[in-house]
Amino acid sequence: MPFDIPFNELFLTLVTFDGAVNWTVGFLTTVSFFAILALALNTQWAAGILNFGVAAFFMTGAYATAIFTLDPPQLLESYVGGWGLPVIFGWLMAAIAGGILALLLSIPMLRLRDDFLAITTIGVAAILRSIANSVDGLVNRARGLNGLPRFLEGIADEITPGEDYRWFALVVALLFVAFVFWLVSRAGASPWGRVLRAVRDNEDTARASGKNTVAFRIQAFVLGGVLMGLAGGLYAHEIKSVAPSGFSNVIGTFFVWTMLIVGGSGNHKGVLLGALAVGFFWFGIPLFQESFPDWLGSRVFQVRQLIIGALIVIFLLWRPEGLLAEQARVSRYVSRRRDPPPTTPPKDPTPTATP
Amino acid sequence: MGWIVGSIIAVGAVGVTLVYGILGVGDFSFGDTMTVGMFVVLFVVSAEGANLGFAGGDFGPLSFGWGLVVGALLAITLVVGLVLLLEVLVYRRLRRRGGGFFVFAIASLGIGIMLRALIQLIWGPGNFRFAPGIHKAIEITEGVRIKPDQIFLIGLTLLIGLGVYLLLYRTRFGKAMRATADNPDLAEASGIHTDRVRLGTWALGGLMAALAGVMLGIQTEVRFDSGFVLLLPLFAAAILGGIGSPGGAILGGLVVGIGQEVSTRWIDTGFKPAIPFIIVTAVLLLRPRGLFGRDT
Repeated sequence: MPFDIPFNELFLTLVTFDGAVNWTVGFLTTVSFFAILALALNTQWAAGILNFGVAAFFMTGAYATAIFTLDPPQLLESYVGGWGLPVIFGWLMAAIAGGILALLLSIPMLRLRDDFLAITTIGVAAILRSIANSVDGLVNRARGLNGLPRFLEGIADEITPGEDYRWFALVVALLFVAFVFWLVSRAGASPWGRVLRAVRDNEDTARASGKNTVAFRIQAFVLGGVLMGLAGGLYAHEIKSVAPSGFSNVIGTFFVWTMLIVGGSGNHKGVLLGALAVGFFWFGIPLFQESFPDWLGSRVFQVRQLIIGALIVIFLLWRPEGLLAEQARVSRYVSRRRDPPPTTPPKDPTPTATP
Repeated sequence: MGWIVGSIIAVGAVGVTLVYGILGVGDFSFGDTMTVGMFVVLFVVSAEGANLGFAGGDFGPLSFGWGLVVGALLAITLVVGLVLLLEVLVYRRLRRRGGGFFVFAIASLGIGIMLRALIQLIWGPGNFRFAPGIHKAIEITEGVRIKPDQIFLIGLTLLIGLGVYLLLYRTRFGKAMRATADNPDLAEASGIHTDRVRLGTWALGGLMAALAGVMLGIQTEVRFDSGFVLLLPLFAAAILGGIGSPGGAILGGLVVGIGQEVSTRWIDTGFKPAIPFIIVTAVLLLRPRGLFGRDT
């Protein structure tokens, strides 16, 4: 029977109130980290920067906090660091590490070759994974770093003794999303953000106005890198172990790009919506895995991958502004300085003549 | 060993550099179209193909025979068809809306994700080989050993390079391609059918992808991400040679391939994938237009 829903255990956990609540708490916590990644990516994108290496920043942040917060290596383990510092310090180092990686990668921008930045960034995650995997005594190779402290575990017990830690993790994650959202919105609306838009829309004019456009671009790239590193740091303490295989391009980069394109590039609210929608699709599908026919159930990962790729292409073709458009400026986000101007004239928000 | 990998990167980089230079598309799905070609050949030379009567004996000391030739022809047809379809369905529409490099890049990223997912859906995530067994290397001179397959691959690369050169610089179509690359509007005004030239360029790029994929399959194992992991080396070779320069791409491919293999004498193999990245960065700092690129 095609509509016969199997009454399996998973389904049972979902239909019970507690099961649904538990799943939602975990889901929202995880999506929070990706929402921060997407907001950071959007900040870079809004400055006309194409970053295809989100996974590299995410991984760098996760490893940075692991190195600083873990205890010294034990038998059969070998890694640098292991200073057992507080998690908050680890987060700080994760953000700094993400920023440093962005600085190192910003060389193409010095040469005004933004197209080359996309090319160099797409390989970076693979390079970092390869190094982490094979260099002895660096980050414990393919076994990864395990047993990270959960964030604020001690403090959580003091504030909410006996309560479920998961709720606390969710609140912390959401607070970080709110903070990052506030930060990138403020930055975008500030004079600094206006210069960035000017740099993206017409770099020559911005430069003629005396702005060091290269510096502004690099600043936006580094800000994004810092936030992506932070997201990696938060994520690491939620899953409590980091390994090279956990930072694939699929989940670390492409997934985040789909959130950005679906949600609406350039619009931070749209990006949050995109993160929630694409995240729900990605993490929600496995819930129904057991009710799929066998041939499909065993290939859920590939089917999900196929769909996030298709979503990117479909949205670019038929809804380039995403779910939430940004006030009539979107066509500019998808054009490039050296290309012919868009066929439709951009809408001018200010009336040209007033009687 | 570096020569072989370099040859494969060189052939792919010719496709990348033409598509990039003439169409303005940095094709991030290029590696995956290579993989599609590999799997088409795999299908023909494997048991499924044998049931359809494709498999044949080997050519002398080479590890492959008529089956591979049939497979390669089918791969070229299907990969060229695929990229032409993508140009018509995706890139042309984006171009007409005024999209530039960024939009093309993101679209190709999405297409690449889809291709890798489709290949995994059909064949799974395993490793495959065109021909089972080990093929012995022959000794050319004292201490220099090379497999017959590898001589074939290097020879094929030179042949492909020559063919592309003749096409670009000795035919009317090549002239039209170069004109479109220089100034699409002027080319159109001069009576060149730029849409047709674009299709031709994509077809040439698809041909290179299919050939590079087949060559890669002869040399190494076939995996769903075999082509994708070559993406940065391919772009590095194209950038080193100068975007739009097929000759530069071949030289760049050899430098990247040999550089990767030679590097392992001094540094940990874990750093090997970083070599193309270092090459791109160095080119950007020292000579942003590449070895044979035009000044922009």
